[in-house]
Amino acid sequence: MKPIIQVKDVHFRYSGEEHLPPVLNGASLEIEEGSFVVILGHNGSGKSTLAKHLNGILIPNEGCVLVDGMDTRDASKLLDIRRTVGMVFQNPDNQMVASVVEDDVAFAPENLGIPPKEIRSRVDEALKLVDMYEYRLHAPHLLSGGQKQRVAIAGVIAMRPRCIVLDEPTAMLDPAGRQEVIGTIKRLCRENGITIVLITHHMNEAVDADKVFVMSNGRVISQGTPKEVFSNVEFLKSEGLTVPDTAELLYKLRLSGIDLPAEALSIEECAQAIAAALK
Amino acid sequence: MLKDITLGQYFPGNSFIHRLDPRTKLLFIIVYITALFVSKSYVTYGILLLVLAVSIAVSKIRLSAIFKGLKPLMFIMIFTAILNLFYTKGGTELFSFWVFTVTTKGVEFAFFMVLRIMMLISGTFLLTYTTTPMALTDGMELLLTPFKKLHVPVHEFSMMMSIALRFIPTLIEEADKITNAQKARGADFETGKLTDRAKALLPLLVPLFVSAFRRADELAIAMESRCYHGGEGRTRMKKLKMAAPDILTLVFSALMLAVIIILARFGI
Repeated sequence: MKPIIQVKDVHFRYSGEEHLPPVLNGASLEIEEGSFVVILGHNGSGKSTLAKHLNGILIPNEGCVLVDGMDTRDASKLLDIRRTVGMVFQNPDNQMVASVVEDDVAFAPENLGIPPKEIRSRVDEALKLVDMYEYRLHAPHLLSGGQKQRVAIAGVIAMRPRCIVLDEPTAMLDPAGRQEVIGTIKRLCRENGITIVLITHHMNEAVDADKVFVMSNGRVISQGTPKEVFSNVEFLKSEGLTVPDTAELLYKLRLSGIDLPAEALSIEECAQAIAAALK
Repeated sequence: MLKDITLGQYFPGNSFIHRLDPRTKLLFIIVYITALFVSKSYVTYGILLLVLAVSIAVSKIRLSAIFKGLKPLMFIMIFTAILNLFYTKGGTELFSFWVFTVTTKGVEFAFFMVLRIMMLISGTFLLTYTTTPMALTDGMELLLTPFKKLHVPVHEFSMMMSIALRFIPTLIEEADKITNAQKARGADFETGKLTDRAKALLPLLVPLFVSAFRRADELAIAMESRCYHGGEGRTRMKKLKMAAPDILTLVFSALMLAVIIILARFGI
């Protein structure tokens, strides 16, 4: 598969912060179309700044970002880049423009100048995809956090993007809302073939990813499948990161001398591995 | 304390007035207000009052809702009444004391002024009660479209207004949260002199403003991410359409204004 997003040696510093170390310091990564990618990193690792580079909100000082071959530095391609890569942010309240759910979902296609009839069908389709169709006439401020975030996702889907970048979409949600949102984005990836880039610091959300990137100090320090990345528990801990609960458990058991595999990441696999070791 | 702001309150319904195009309603209210300012006599005021009464009846909005809207403006109405009562000369003198004289003309004028304000406000309330804020801003944007030629940022104004309306509940919720947080730390908003209470609002307003700016920043980025690039080349999902009832209403409003102007010309 060809990469939909290529980040090549990006350096970036916010203006007015010249005295500080750069936020991005040679970040490079490639994201394959149709995959479910998780970018991990602790606060200040530059992951949110990287996210804003993926659809041209921020432009690199050095290096470049290519979206489906289009360079984000090319201002004439900006709209095409943004309709290819949709973006969902942390606070659902601050990304809704309209006082009615369906009007909000219609916002992006309206901006793209799509004919009214097609907007209607896209809006209905997007709301059905995130299971919010029956709430289409509600006011956004009366919805729960998880529902608001799903509406925000629908608002992006209505652009028919090939990739959706989610910047800590579950950080402000309760566990139930978190599950709703993660379930929705996994389904969008597996059933609708939309590339998902999930930026998070919840390690457990990374277990089902196709590929994991770990960021620290503005660059990618580790990448691979979740099994590859999380089997190196000591390295992640030395970078100030935690690992998924399952990896943590297996790691501690291994330290106490029980022979266990490091890559049983899902809860079932982990349980089976422990059961097998107990026999 | 902030929950009872009635700005842009909408009563859902499906009456003839609810279904009218917001542009029709806006134009009608402008014509109606013009007619109110032209009219000078019991006959013309009677006609306009009848139009208002019929509209309220058709809209099925409860009268109590209209009166509730009028209540905060009581002071202005009483003030206007008193001013007109004492400062209108002419007619026969009813009584006088010190520097004030009250004449029949003054009583009549004060009565008309109060009636005019009441009808003007009731009419405007009827508009906001029967039209969603979104429809209202859309209607305004479309009505003002010709001014785009004069480089008036019509689209931007209407976008600002709809975003403001969207964020009113969010900011009220936030203000409540901050109020409670400050109360928990011993802030006192309810007692003391007026100046003390105004000062007590400062620790509420500062965080509210800071957060509003942060929200605005995030919203701008979210809007850009969703391909917002101004009003140019934008389409709408819900196209406003003028139908037969709208044309009927507009013709009626033109007739109403014509009748009032003619009657006023003949001094009736």
